[in-house]
Amino acid sequence: MTRGVWGWITTVDHKRIGILYGVTAFVFLLVGGFEAALIRLQLARPDGAVVSAGTYNELFTMHGTTMVFLAVMPLNAAFFNYIVPLMLGARDVAFPRLNALSYWIFLFGSLFLNASFFVNAAPNAGWFGYANLTAKQFSPGANIDFWVISLQLLGVSSLIAGFNFIVTILNMRAPGMTFMRMPVFVWMTLVTQFLIVLAFPVITVGLILLLFDRFFGTNFYNPGAGGNPLLWQHLFWLFGHPEVYILILPAMGIVSEVLPTFARKPLFGYPVVVYSGMLIGLFGFGVWSHHMFTVGLGAVVDSAFAVGTMLIGIPTGVKIFNWIATLWGGRIRLTTALWFALGFIAMFLMGGLSGIMHAAPPVDMQQQDSYFVVAHLHYVLVGGSLFGIFAGLYYWWPKMTGRMLSERAGRWNFWLMFVGFNVTFFPMHFLGLLGMPRRIYTYAGGLGWDLWNLVSTVGVFILALGILVFIGNAVASLRSAAPAPADPWDGRTLEWAVSSPPPEYNFRNIPTVHHRDELWALKAGRAPVEAAPPPPREIHLPPPSFYPIVVAAGVVLAATGALTHLALVVAGALVVVFGAYRWAFEYRSSLGGGLRPPSDASPRGLRGQSPRSSGPR
Amino acid sequence: MTTPHEAVIGSTGLDHRKMGVWAFLGSECMFFGSLIATYLVYKGRSPSGPTPHEILNIPLTSISTFVLLMSSLLMVLALAAVQRGDALGARLWLFGTPFFGMIFLGFQVYEFATFVREGLTLQVNLFGASFFVLTGFHGAHVSVGVVWLLTLWTLALRNRLTRADALIVEIAGLYWHFVDIVWIVIFTLVYLIQ
Repeated sequence: MTRGVWGWITTVDHKRIGILYGVTAFVFLLVGGFEAALIRLQLARPDGAVVSAGTYNELFTMHGTTMVFLAVMPLNAAFFNYIVPLMLGARDVAFPRLNALSYWIFLFGSLFLNASFFVNAAPNAGWFGYANLTAKQFSPGANIDFWVISLQLLGVSSLIAGFNFIVTILNMRAPGMTFMRMPVFVWMTLVTQFLIVLAFPVITVGLILLLFDRFFGTNFYNPGAGGNPLLWQHLFWLFGHPEVYILILPAMGIVSEVLPTFARKPLFGYPVVVYSGMLIGLFGFGVWSHHMFTVGLGAVVDSAFAVGTMLIGIPTGVKIFNWIATLWGGRIRLTTALWFALGFIAMFLMGGLSGIMHAAPPVDMQQQDSYFVVAHLHYVLVGGSLFGIFAGLYYWWPKMTGRMLSERAGRWNFWLMFVGFNVTFFPMHFLGLLGMPRRIYTYAGGLGWDLWNLVSTVGVFILALGILVFIGNAVASLRSAAPAPADPWDGRTLEWAVSSPPPEYNFRNIPTVHHRDELWALKAGRAPVEAAPPPPREIHLPPPSFYPIVVAAGVVLAATGALTHLALVVAGALVVVFGAYRWAFEYRSSLGGGLRPPSDASPRGLRGQSPRSSGPR
Repeated sequence: MTTPHEAVIGSTGLDHRKMGVWAFLGSECMFFGSLIATYLVYKGRSPSGPTPHEILNIPLTSISTFVLLMSSLLMVLALAAVQRGDALGARLWLFGTPFFGMIFLGFQVYEFATFVREGLTLQVNLFGASFFVLTGFHGAHVSVGVVWLLTLWTLALRNRLTRADALIVEIAGLYWHFVDIVWIVIFTLVYLIQ
């Protein structure tokens, strides 16, 4: 393994890329959290003057965009990268270099978005960027340009990762791992990737139209020239609602791994949980207009989307009952990971219930754009996604770092976050019902909102303290904690069959799978213990490559050019073309030298070269 | 260090790259679907001309459509030639396919230039904006395909495209046929059904 910084820059190892995703996303989680804290400070008292109205607009826009695209999605991606190949019994993803490209574009896109702060032009039209607030006429600065272009970059990154993981999961399962033996986390990852590859092109088009409006003077969203701003809303939410499931399904997968392990029972109703996940993904494409009940699409349309939205409650409810039934009668070990999973179930349930409330158009029309919606979405995305991610962090930390986290600090971490989260967001239900609108930078006293706003702001600091405990716990663990055994939790899935952290090649011999909970079956003697085949004489791993970062640099150079000078766009495009060609021919030219290409670069059929890798499984 | 760590052929019996391209094309369906939907939503909504009736030249575009469809035929011949190891056929058809693609692009450049001369621009009305963005992105896809196929052609010229490489030609073909099919939809919805 190439060491040092160069090793990280050229790495194509899914585990290293997973760590890169995790660390980067955690930093952006802190950035987004800091923006949220400023928002709450501003709103703590009536007539707040912590930030100006303009800055406030930038803060809530960047908070939303950061948390969705730079924190929660890539935190999920960190687990996809690190854990999914291990769970599948594979040595890497299907296209290791594309995987690196996804990360570098994500990193550069994130930096590009946040660079807007330094030129005093942070995006300020909301994470939803409604037309025609984003028109050149109303937003003449570069703020929206930064937003449009970085969202395109992040979309490209997600799409590339989507293709990669679809192929990885469908095509790189260990022998014997039928679809119905795949861990639920792998299943939910698969559904998420399908949502990504089908939903992101839609917002890509929406953003292209906006880009043309702003750069080339078209009138797609200009009502003055016959354009319809509602087109943006449709395109945005046709992406935006599946995006909600892109954020939550991985957390559902994580929880479906954590609960059975610590209840010491197989997941209750595994097939139903899997099918429910698929149904949620499918229905997710047919409900986008519930974000648009107040635009006046008509009673028939509203009713159809209301029914569709409520239907999603069914597979979601099925999952919740299955999780509870998994715990029922189990021999429960209350680890921090399980606490977070339990917190996930309770908080996500509350977010789901308030969601069912505004699935009804008449109710929604009262709650639209009020703090009630803010409460709802944070119960789903923080109480749901983020708690799920923390469950995953505590569950897989030993595997990823080779060190144990302190359970004692973990308990503090969980309870501080749980209490802080509820103190912050539960009062927002009241605020919303009392009529406090979203996205106002201040409010007059005496409207009945003073107390709950103050309480909510206090809650943020408890929540932040919880995150701080996590950071302390993580640092202490990396510095001085006991080395983690391969299987600290008595795990069920293949990642616990290898050392912590796993060797670079993951598995000396690719395992053969006989059971859904393969490792449990092996440990209980229910799976045939095969005579270990002789270890392979050599294990091929994809060699490092720096073309991914070259291509990503070209992409971001072109993006920078879009805001500055055409010459940079051309230069960036040339770098992309150069990088792409060197990439495509990286292994073709070295074939004579005995180095065999990795699977994604193989120009020739390589079947039958290795006794273990031949033929369909 | 010489054995591949994974077979290229995966658990489903499909090659990774082929499956990846299928996933990509599925995604592209949503991309072009959104662009086409935008065009249809804005059809007839332009407050002022030029209108499709005044501008679109169906006979001319029928010819370029025919050329593009024929390029798909050549693509089939190219793949067949590579698969049976026919070097001459591979060189011939791997050039013919992108050559026909370039003829199509030439027609598109001529069409765009004529439309601009006749007063249809990106800015003038919604028809212009949605027409140019939709057909322009399709043209960009054709251009990428042309470059891709010409790259394969140069490999064939240098005898570096053997029978074992049929798969990478097949993958380029999948993309090329997809782009053709998208054009059939665009030609029908934009030109024929006005």
